[in-house]
Amino acid sequence: MKVLATYNIKGGVGKTATAVNLGYLAARDGYRLLLWDLDPQGAASFLFRVKPRVKGGGEALIRGRRPLDDAIKGTDFAGLDLLPADFTYRNLDLALDSAKQPAKRLASLLAPLRGEYDIVVLDCPPSISLLSESVLHAADLLLVPLIPTTLSVRTLDQLTEFVAGFNGHQPDILAFFSMLDRRKRLHAQILQELPAQRPDIATAAIPALSLIEQMSVRRAPVAAFAPRTAAARQYRELWREARERARLPDPRA
Amino acid sequence: MLDGGAGAGSHVLQTLASAGDDHLGWENGGTARTIRRTWLDTFDWRLYRAGLTLQQVLRGGQAELVLASRDGDLVATERLPAGPRPKWPAMAAQLPAGTLRDAVARAAGIRALLPVARAVSSVGELQALNEDAKTIARLAVDRMAVTYPARASVPARLTLLPVRGYHGQAGKVGRAIGSLPGVSAGADSALEAALAAAGARPGECAGKPSPVQLAPDQPAAQAMAAILASLLAAIDANLPGTIRDIDTEFLHDLRVAVRWTRSALKLCGDALPKGLAAEFRPEFSWLGDLTTPTRDLDVFLLGYPRMATSLVGGSEADLVPFHDFLADSRAAAYRRLVAGLRSARSGRLRGTWRAALGDVRPAGRLTVAGLADIKIAAAHHKALRTGREITPASPAESLHDLRKRCKELRYLVEMFGSLHDPERLSHAVRELKALQDCLGEFQDADVQRAEIRGIAEQMMDGNRVPAQTLLAMGEIVAGLAVRQARARAQFAGRFADFAGPASRTRLAALARTAGPARSSRA
Ligand SMILES: Nc1ncnc2c1ncn2[C@@H]1O[C@H](COP(=O)(O)OP(=O)(O)OP(=O)(O)O)[C@@H](O)[C@H]1O
Ligand SMILES: [Mg+2]
Repeated sequence: MKVLATYNIKGGVGKTATAVNLGYLAARDGYRLLLWDLDPQGAASFLFRVKPRVKGGGEALIRGRRPLDDAIKGTDFAGLDLLPADFTYRNLDLALDSAKQPAKRLASLLAPLRGEYDIVVLDCPPSISLLSESVLHAADLLLVPLIPTTLSVRTLDQLTEFVAGFNGHQPDILAFFSMLDRRKRLHAQILQELPAQRPDIATAAIPALSLIEQMSVRRAPVAAFAPRTAAARQYRELWREARERARLPDPRA
Repeated sequence: MLDGGAGAGSHVLQTLASAGDDHLGWENGGTARTIRRTWLDTFDWRLYRAGLTLQQVLRGGQAELVLASRDGDLVATERLPAGPRPKWPAMAAQLPAGTLRDAVARAAGIRALLPVARAVSSVGELQALNEDAKTIARLAVDRMAVTYPARASVPARLTLLPVRGYHGQAGKVGRAIGSLPGVSAGADSALEAALAAAGARPGECAGKPSPVQLAPDQPAAQAMAAILASLLAAIDANLPGTIRDIDTEFLHDLRVAVRWTRSALKLCGDALPKGLAAEFRPEFSWLGDLTTPTRDLDVFLLGYPRMATSLVGGSEADLVPFHDFLADSRAAAYRRLVAGLRSARSGRLRGTWRAALGDVRPAGRLTVAGLADIKIAAAHHKALRTGREITPASPAESLHDLRKRCKELRYLVEMFGSLHDPERLSHAVRELKALQDCLGEFQDADVQRAEIRGIAEQMMDGNRVPAQTLLAMGEIVAGLAVRQARARAQFAGRFADFAGPASRTRLAALARTAGPARSSRA
């Protein structure tokens, strides 16, 4: 089982859009996938039409009073399950703080799901917190959406440095440009240069498209309701790179 | 929300919509798909009896094998490659390698898989949606027409599959559907439903001679006729599979039924109308002998892999000419067997025998319980006497002789099994079986040694046979001699148990079912 996480301390950069679409594409490839919506605002749960509610709240999960298994919901897509968000996830840091090893807590919570899923995708809220630290420790691969600015590369470097300081398990990082506007000179230029120079930046990039925003209206991944569009194509490209980077075995093998 | 349309299950959809639930919507999951199913099992339903169902599912040009538990839980699936589909009957070993094949092979053993039912289905899907238009359950509407073992149509089968995490809501939907007029809850699997529609039941196998239910007071002649008729039914049931050479068990079971018939005629023929046993005994001997060469070679070939891997001095490759000789001989023996089974003599035998059994009328005052007591006591006595005369110096024939006596006793005990207390019966059979196994091991090894020697001579007579093949065969003969010696060494102990007071008392008790009141009528 591989753990993937969409991660960026910044808000509104396309983390959830990516988690939802890559989750859908992976499941369609035949991987058994669980998406955990860790954001109390529940954007991913909303997109899959699942109520953002977990009995007993986030604390019961973190403290192990309730197995994750109990809270999982099937989505409308074969092979794709969701662990919904809950309002109480706002207080996950408090619950984590009282755990023995907060940074390792998420990883140990996910361990029992190993036989059931090939992939877990963690969709994180934007922040630096105990939760995000626990996510970084649990993940095998971080998917980091970047708005194409020179500054965004700096945040990527900071993240890389931070992760390099971990003892033991360190997640791999795959950044990619998100909300790309090809008409902007700067965007075009950055996209031309950076992926060629830096192996930690994906060649695939997600353009800013109103179709992607429409996911909130359609309440489904764009890759599912508009598979023949540029938006879907870019997510497929990104998924190909992510799958390779995470060294995921063929699901049918 | 209703999206009726022309898709499958639209009338179910309409009924559901009119049942009216404010929060629920239904969506039609597109056009119905055609599914062709072939259920596979062994002739004696080994998969079914192991709690499994195997089906070949053909859907949109794709074929798949699906192994499920009898209550529908998926065990394994195997996509069949495009191109020619497996021809049934087939052995499990011919399926694509994988977990499905392993599980099927474990259950099927040496028996072939053959179609037990076929059906064509039109399957539509409806999705139950909650107020967020989220699918909470899927309702499969399966309209199935059975094409084998008989043409029949099955009432539409509805299967509600709750989406994970929505069992509560889906349960309500299920109850709502269950309360609709014309819908009833069913616990049977698609296979059971298909067979029921075609007037059959899974698990029923006519090929195994099953103990006939007897009443102690039944006239002996009538009981014997019933027993013999059930054996004849087993012979008839195994005949087509033997002739088609589907697997080796057909012939095996046919032989069992013939042997039991011969024993019944020999041991209890005096209970039948005068002259009947004497008339048919030679015919059943002929039928039994007709099947022996093929069965002997089957036994060799079934044991071949173990023989080949047991070689210490020689290698498996050395033995290949031996295998080929066995296979060729088997093919020739099988041709003679089929000719015999298809012959007028065989047909006449079965026809006149069936008629003769139908004509048996109760005669005399002997009850079946009385008959059983007399025969079991006599056979028990005979087995004990034969065994007691055996010393370490006795020739192999004396053990063969005892084996026959034990077989006769065993058969009588089982043939009249329904008259006895099941627990006491199984205890007695277990003790008898321990002795029989030892004698069987001894004699089988003895016979096989002689047969291999005979085969070696035949191989030398014909083509030139490589020296290393003969050497490897010699090694096998040596291995058989070791097994035989081991069985011989075990014999004294096994017989002592059998002849000991505890076992003797138990078997003697089996010969007292009639009781004084009933036996006085004898
Ligand atoms: N490529 C895109 N083009 C246009 N709109 C997008 C794109 N990606 C995401 N959006 C929209 O931008 C908004 C924020 O996106 P998203 O929720 O994926 O970001 P996020 O990083 O998960 O945000 P948050 O930090 O709040 O969790 C959403 O309304 C989404 O529909
Ligand atoms: Mg988000």
